Amino acid sequence: MAETKKIATRESFGLALCELAKDHPEIVVLDADLAAATKTEIFKKAYPDRFFDCGISEGNMIGVAAGLAACGKVPFAASFAMFATGRAYEQVRNSVGYPHLNVKIAGSHAGITVGEDGATHQCCEDLALMRTIPGMVVLNPADHYEMTEAVKAAYEYDGPVYIRLGRLAIDSFNDPDTYKFEIGKGITLEDGNDVTVIATGLVVNEALKAVRELKSEGINARLINMHTIKPIDKDIIIKAAKETGKIITVEEHNIIGGLGEAVCSVVSENCPVPVKRIGIEDIFGHSGPALGLLAEFGLDAEGLKAKIKAECLRG
Amino acid sequence: MNSQELLELKKAACNVRLWTIEGVYNAKSGHPGGSLSAADIITYLYFKEMNVDPKNPKDPGRDRFVLSKGHCCPALYAALALKGFFPTEEIKSLRHIGAMLQGHPDMKHTPGVDMSSGSLGQGVSAACGMALAGKYDGADYRVYALLGDGECEEGQVWEAAMFASHNKLDNLCIIVDLNGLQIDGHVNDVAGLEPLDTKFEAFGFEVIKIDGNDFEQIESALEKAKTVKGKPTAIIAATIKGKGVSYMENQVGWHGKAPNTEEYEQAMAELRAQLKALEA
Repeated sequence: MAETKKIATRESFGLALCELAKDHPEIVVLDADLAAATKTEIFKKAYPDRFFDCGISEGNMIGVAAGLAACGKVPFAASFAMFATGRAYEQVRNSVGYPHLNVKIAGSHAGITVGEDGATHQCCEDLALMRTIPGMVVLNPADHYEMTEAVKAAYEYDGPVYIRLGRLAIDSFNDPDTYKFEIGKGITLEDGNDVTVIATGLVVNEALKAVRELKSEGINARLINMHTIKPIDKDIIIKAAKETGKIITVEEHNIIGGLGEAVCSVVSENCPVPVKRIGIEDIFGHSGPALGLLAEFGLDAEGLKAKIKAECLRG
Repeated sequence: MNSQELLELKKAACNVRLWTIEGVYNAKSGHPGGSLSAADIITYLYFKEMNVDPKNPKDPGRDRFVLSKGHCCPALYAALALKGFFPTEEIKSLRHIGAMLQGHPDMKHTPGVDMSSGSLGQGVSAACGMALAGKYDGADYRVYALLGDGECEEGQVWEAAMFASHNKLDNLCIIVDLNGLQIDGHVNDVAGLEPLDTKFEAFGFEVIKIDGNDFEQIESALEKAKTVKGKPTAIIAATIKGKGVSYMENQVGWHGKAPNTEEYEQAMAELRAQLKALEA
């Protein structure tokens, strides 16, 4: 097992892009005046002639990316998740999604761990918005190693992809020597048959800590890292529903429209079992330090442990 | 152009208008007004200006055209069909279930359509991306985008305009079909667009004002645009909405309405008479 890396997935994204671009001259990168924050500046420094700053105009950036893709380029367009998927939603839908163009959209500073900037910038709707676009792949990598592989997989997939990036530096938990990323394939991190916890993105590691602690308390939970929200891994969900009889989803996203509802759709149509959605409960966030907010919203290891335990005791 | 070329263009435009009416009539819906105003510009681009090959519609070296005012696709479809990208018969099933020709352009399924469009304001951005790709590749193709005057009310048009001049996209030429009307009425009554020329100049464009229903003026503007270096060109083309069909001309009601059978027959008779006069 390689050493634990404490690094924000936005930075992992910037580094992975740079590495990938070495062998692929058709990769170009666009940003909307947030290169320092989305970490596309790493690419900009390495490949200044392949980086295009669109200024503060996210809708235009997505359209420019569509035009580049129509001419054979593979553009990665980055901004905050709020603006890339919210402000530019209709451009993503109509200029990228409808013609199924090979554009990769990276949404940084997703979720409440944006922290101090507060609710206007804490996008808890991006997964929901992107899921509704036909043909859009939606990725939410959980650590440095997963992000590195997800960027490669996004490049290799011929079509639109949304990748969610986090602002907060987080510990890695995957082992790069054995880690394999495949779009649409969830990863079982812990085996167990009492209940299944399905988590995505930044909170997977928190869920991992919670599930491991619960083992010592006699609760044997299965933990699945669902790095792909769309296409969702139906098989792993149905298997979990059948074998554990109960599912708890964990996401740093509104419980409406994200991982939780994606899992509910699969479960209700195939193997109805109770599903508890843990996430942002249809409210706006607010300012504060990222870790403090994570704890306040019950999405840190301690909070998750308590919620998972309560669900299990509820029967 | 010589007089023979001019005559051929006029005839081609007449046929584009005939097939535009044919399409909208058979669809029982669609947008004849703006299609007819833009018919001469689209005809000139496809029959004289652009380097495109119906046998190789995805040729990487081709010139590109983005119909940002996507609702005027009946004229684009007519030009593409007459140019040989697909059979003219397809036009009769425009907007029907299962048809190739969608209510707004679909690049995935229609040969010759370079960009899907329809949601106003988005086409110039895509054209910028295409022009940027051309610069990046050192390719010599040109990119044209046609937008409506009402469409210029969309903020994204101006975001894209800033991007185009900032990136010195002199391989980009946008054409505004200034027919003066939008759904809710006269453009300047609805949203106060003017002065449009100085707006584009302020955004870093070379601006050329022409009569967009006059082939010689279209030609001279497009030729001049090719000589402009270091900045994009905006051609502001004053046109008549509904041009060529007497009862549709300058009538806001014909923005998005299909003719009934009687109106269809009158339109076709008028256009056939214009064609016959040209052929005489």
